[in-house]
Amino acid sequence: MYPRPIQHWSRVSRVLYRTLIPLALCLWLIPIASLFLVSIRPLGDVFQGNALGWPSEFTLGANFRFIMVETSILSYFWNTVRITIPTIVITVTLSCAAAYVLSAYRSRLGTILFLVFVAGNFVPFQILLIPVATIAAKTGLYNTATGLVLFHSAFQTGFCIFFLRNFIRDLPDELIEAARIEGASEYQIFWYIVLPLIRPAIAAMSVLVFTLVWNDYFWATALTNGDTVLPIAPGIQTLNNAFVSRYNLTSAASLVAAIPPIVLFFLLQKQFESGLSYGASRHD
Amino acid sequence: MNAIWVGVGNYVDLVSDDAFRTSVLNNCIWLVFYLATVPIGLLVALLLNQFTPEMKVVKPLFLMPFVLAQALVGLIFVWVLEPKFGPMATVWGVFSREAPSVLADPTTATFGVISAGLWTQIAYCTLIYQAGITTLSKTQIEAARLDNAKGITMLRHIIIPQLRTATFVAVILSVIGALRSFDLVAVMTNGGPFGSTRILSFYMFETALSEYGVRKGYGASIAAVLFLSILVVTTPMLRRIFIDDRAAR
Repeated sequence: MYPRPIQHWSRVSRVLYRTLIPLALCLWLIPIASLFLVSIRPLGDVFQGNALGWPSEFTLGANFRFIMVETSILSYFWNTVRITIPTIVITVTLSCAAAYVLSAYRSRLGTILFLVFVAGNFVPFQILLIPVATIAAKTGLYNTATGLVLFHSAFQTGFCIFFLRNFIRDLPDELIEAARIEGASEYQIFWYIVLPLIRPAIAAMSVLVFTLVWNDYFWATALTNGDTVLPIAPGIQTLNNAFVSRYNLTSAASLVAAIPPIVLFFLLQKQFESGLSYGASRHD
Repeated sequence: MNAIWVGVGNYVDLVSDDAFRTSVLNNCIWLVFYLATVPIGLLVALLLNQFTPEMKVVKPLFLMPFVLAQALVGLIFVWVLEPKFGPMATVWGVFSREAPSVLADPTTATFGVISAGLWTQIAYCTLIYQAGITTLSKTQIEAARLDNAKGITMLRHIIIPQLRTATFVAVILSVIGALRSFDLVAVMTNGGPFGSTRILSFYMFETALSEYGVRKGYGASIAAVLFLSILVVTTPMLRRIFIDDRAAR
């Protein structure tokens, strides 16, 4: 193990390490901590320069009530859900099926298809802005949740196929061969043998897609107009503009947007780490 | 509206466009800072590579910024850098000074935006190295230790070579991250003040889709420049994937 485990360190360095690391962490978390700290106090405190100290009054509840009742944040939240969930379902379904076919039947055409999927990942999606916006406008998908779901799914599926195909390829061939000899149909092999084995990969992939779609700002800005389908990332920006400098409200709204990915991250840390390290070849 | 053939007209315009030049220059600044996150990520990952009870909490908390939306991180940093009432003001207030308005000053605004990007990018690089560290060969490290290798020597000759793949991935992702970043600029400065924080992706959006312009052809030419720059970086990565794929068959 490198560096040497601290159990072998001198007493002084050990104590130093165990105090300095949490300290460094506190510094590192100042941005998010200050966000939380300002969301629990009244606006008066903010303007008196008391942004980090003890609040004169705890108004977390009132701040949250205000943004829930007086703003469209719940509708932004719901929009994000109805964009993110279908995207995950479509992406996982399509990529599982495609990845199985691409790894079970190895042909020249299959390789070419696979390369197309992989290469597509290396196109930074942003450069597709103009064609995508044009397509959306021409097909009536502009400013619809369906449009965002379709475009997100299209962008994510290529990567997921790449991710899952490598996973399925690493499964022992004998397993699938044995099932074939036993007379299992291709559909049965896929459903009863391959799918259960790649479940961890599917989980890792789903949390990754969740984070990317939930946090999307670029496409939402490009493909929506007004509040009807606006998801939460650009939504809090809209609220921020409307609140002007009511930082306590902006912060409370930001927390609402941040909570789902953070909770998911802490619940599914393992999946995140394997998904991100495996999927580290992606970038969009 | 009818399309008119302009040949390379858009690209000719680009060359003499000050806003485009600012965008390219800013993208280069982003790039330098983002590349610096690679060694920082390695350092942090090594520092956190200990098994103490508190690490179970420290590690995820450290990596957490990574899952936050860039737009959100932008808003957080607008607040952190707020010069009158924000945390920055509090800190400067301790020294009874007035905090600088980082994001309102054209000479510093880009660095303010980049600081928000670094927060998540460092977490990202740390995460990549953390995964790499778990694959380090124990026997090799023990053998090197018997040969009296330690500290920097060990890092240079034993650790870094084994983390080649992680480094490769971290470098490429940082380069791409620097080139594609859009959300932070849009949220934090909207390209301003006086267009000083524009980067290519943002300028493309501005010319093609924003309220300021509908020059789609011009926007597309910016997209082409962006694409070519990213292609230069990703080609070696793509090649590697293909080679690995062939080797695995």
